[in-house]
Amino acid sequence: MTEVVATNQTILVVGGGISGMTAALEAAETGKQVVLVEKRPYLGGRVSQLHKYFPKLCFPACGLEINQRRAKMNPNLTILTMAEVTGLSGEAGSYTATVKINPRYVNENCTACGECGKAVSAEFPNEFDYGLSKRKGAYLPNTMAHPMRYVIDPAMLGSDEAQKAKDACKYNAIDLDMQDEEISIPCGAVVWATGWKPYDAARIQPYGYDRFSNVITNVEFERMADPSGPTGGRIIRPSDGKEAKNVAFIQCAGSRDRNHLLHCSRICCMATLKQCHYVTDAYADATVSVYYIDIRAIDRFEDFYAKVKAKDNVSFIKSKVASVTQDKEANPVLHGVNTEGYHRYANTHDLVVLAVGMEPSVEAGSFPVPIVINREGFIEPASENGGVFAAGSASDALDVNRSVQHATGAALRAIQVVNRVAGTEG
Amino acid sequence: MSDLNQNMIEKYRNSFLKEVEANVEEGEWVKMCMQCGVCSGSCPLGKHWAHPPQEIFMMIRAGQREAVLSSDAMWMCTSCYNCIVRCPRELPITHIMHGLAHYARRLGLAPKGQPTMAFAQIFWDNMMKAGRVNELKLGLSLYYKDGFVQGIKNSLANMKLGQNMIKAKRMNAVEFFGGHGVKDVSGLQKMIRKAQELEDARIAKYGK
Repeated sequence: MTEVVATNQTILVVGGGISGMTAALEAAETGKQVVLVEKRPYLGGRVSQLHKYFPKLCFPACGLEINQRRAKMNPNLTILTMAEVTGLSGEAGSYTATVKINPRYVNENCTACGECGKAVSAEFPNEFDYGLSKRKGAYLPNTMAHPMRYVIDPAMLGSDEAQKAKDACKYNAIDLDMQDEEISIPCGAVVWATGWKPYDAARIQPYGYDRFSNVITNVEFERMADPSGPTGGRIIRPSDGKEAKNVAFIQCAGSRDRNHLLHCSRICCMATLKQCHYVTDAYADATVSVYYIDIRAIDRFEDFYAKVKAKDNVSFIKSKVASVTQDKEANPVLHGVNTEGYHRYANTHDLVVLAVGMEPSVEAGSFPVPIVINREGFIEPASENGGVFAAGSASDALDVNRSVQHATGAALRAIQVVNRVAGTEG
Repeated sequence: MSDLNQNMIEKYRNSFLKEVEANVEEGEWVKMCMQCGVCSGSCPLGKHWAHPPQEIFMMIRAGQREAVLSSDAMWMCTSCYNCIVRCPRELPITHIMHGLAHYARRLGLAPKGQPTMAFAQIFWDNMMKAGRVNELKLGLSLYYKDGFVQGIKNSLANMKLGQNMIKAKRMNAVEFFGGHGVKDVSGLQKMIRKAQELEDARIAKYGK
C-alpha cells in the first residue's frame, strides 16, 4: 500500500509535465508539502519527447535534468507515477482527492540494469516515439526517465514473458502480484497541470495522414530528429527509409479551423521554423516548403522567423493546402492555390509534416473535478474553481516558456490558499 | 445597364463590400474570409474559372465591382460543396457564389448568353407552369434555345439517349401534352408572386 502523508496544508499537483514539475518544485521549495501525481511512468511529459527548444535550439534534457535534481533533493515533494486523480471533493482549504495508482510491477529495488528487457522478446508500439518504434514488454520509458525504473507492460501479465523478466532480475525488483490501488489524499489546494495532446491528424481527412505513410505530424518529426529516437536522428521517409530532403510543412493543420480546433495553437509556427533547421542542418541540398495562412512568430521570435526566411533553401507559400494525394512512388503531392498571385499548384515532396495543434489532454466533460472550461476546453481562471488552479497548457495553448511562467503563478495561488489554512497569511 | 445598377453605384460608391453585404444572399459572410485559399484549391472546376472564390472575396473587398459582377466565375459553381466543407471559417461559399450570380443578373451585369444563366431561366419558367419540372419540355427547351435548326441538330444528336430513357421509363412522351403538376398551381404561383413582390419592394428603394 502506498503511504502518502498529507494534510489540508498539502498542495496536490496533477500532472508531472514541465508545468506540473515547475509548480510542484516552486511550491515545495518554499517549504510547502506537495504531492505530484503523474499518469505516465515518468516525469517530464511531452517536453521529454522534444529534440530541441525554440528559439535557442538548445536541448530540453538540460532543463529537465535540473528539475529532476531539484525533485530528488527536496524532502517536501512526494511523486506518484502511473497515478491518476479520479475524484476531488470538499472546498478550498479542505479537499480530499481520490487517486488511482496503476501497478508498475517493478519496485524501488530496480537499478535500471536492463536485464529484464533483454530477457523479454514481446514488443509493443513505443508510445514515447508516438508509435514510430517498438519497445520491449519490460522497458525503460526513455533514456532519462525519472524515476529511473523499468516498467512491465500489463499486457504481458500471466504469460511466460512476464516470468522471464522476473527470472532475469537479480535485484528482486519485479513483483508480478502488484495490484492497482486507490488512495485518498487530503489537500488544501490543487494545481491542475494535465497539459495537452496533439490534435488527431487523421481527422483532417483531405491531408491523408491515415492513408499516406509519408505524411507525418510535427510531434513525430520531432522524435525523428532526436538521435535517441526511432530513426537515430535521421530524417527519412517512413515508406522506404530514403532520405527526406524535400520536406513540406503544412501549418494550421487542425488549428484555427471551425471544423477542428477553434483556437490558434500558438506553438506550431515556431515549431515548424525550428524543424526547418533540422532539415537544412541534416542535408546540404535540402529544400523546405512551408505552407501557411500567416506566420505567427510573436515578439522576439520574429528574429527567428526572419533568419529562417533568409535561408535560400526554405520557401514560404501563402496557402492553406486543399488536399494531399500520393503518386506511384509514395511521394505526397500537395494541391492548392498560392494566394500570392493565385497560382494553382500540385507540388511533389519527399515528406509532409503536418503542424498539428494543441488540444487539452483532458476532454471536456471528463474532468474528475467540477471545473470551468472555455469553449476550446481549456481551464478558465474562474473563482468557481475554488482552490483548483490551472497551470501551463491545461489553461491555454502555451509554449514551454510561457507554461513555466504560468505554472509558477499557479504555485503562488496554491500557496496562498494553504497559507490561509495555516493562518500564516499576512 | 439598368437604373438599379446606376443607383447602387451611387449608394455604395466607395464600398462594394457593403453593397454585397446588404444585397447579396449570405453576403455578410464575405468579410470573414481570411484568404487561406483552401476553397480555391478545393474547387474541382477551379482551373476553369477566371476567379476562384477566395479571389472573388478579395476582389469584393478591393472594390472591383465591375470585374466581379460581370465575371462568369460564380456561374461556374456546380454546388459540390467542397469549399463549404473545408472552409476553416465555415463561410457558406457555395451560397455566396449563387447570391452573387443572382445579384449580377438582377443588375443586368451578368455576361450575355451565359449558358448556366440561360438554363436557370428555362428551368424556372418550366417549373412555374405546373409547379413541377416537366423534364421532357425542359430538355426540349434547352435543345431549341439557340434556334430551330440548332434544336433539330441537338435532338438528332441525342435521339438514342431519348429513346433509351423512354424505354427505361425515365421519360414519358405524353408529358409533351401538359404533363403532371402540383394540386394547387395557382396557389403556388400566388405564393411565389408575393415573395417576388416583397423582394422587389426591398430593393425598389434603390431602383428608382
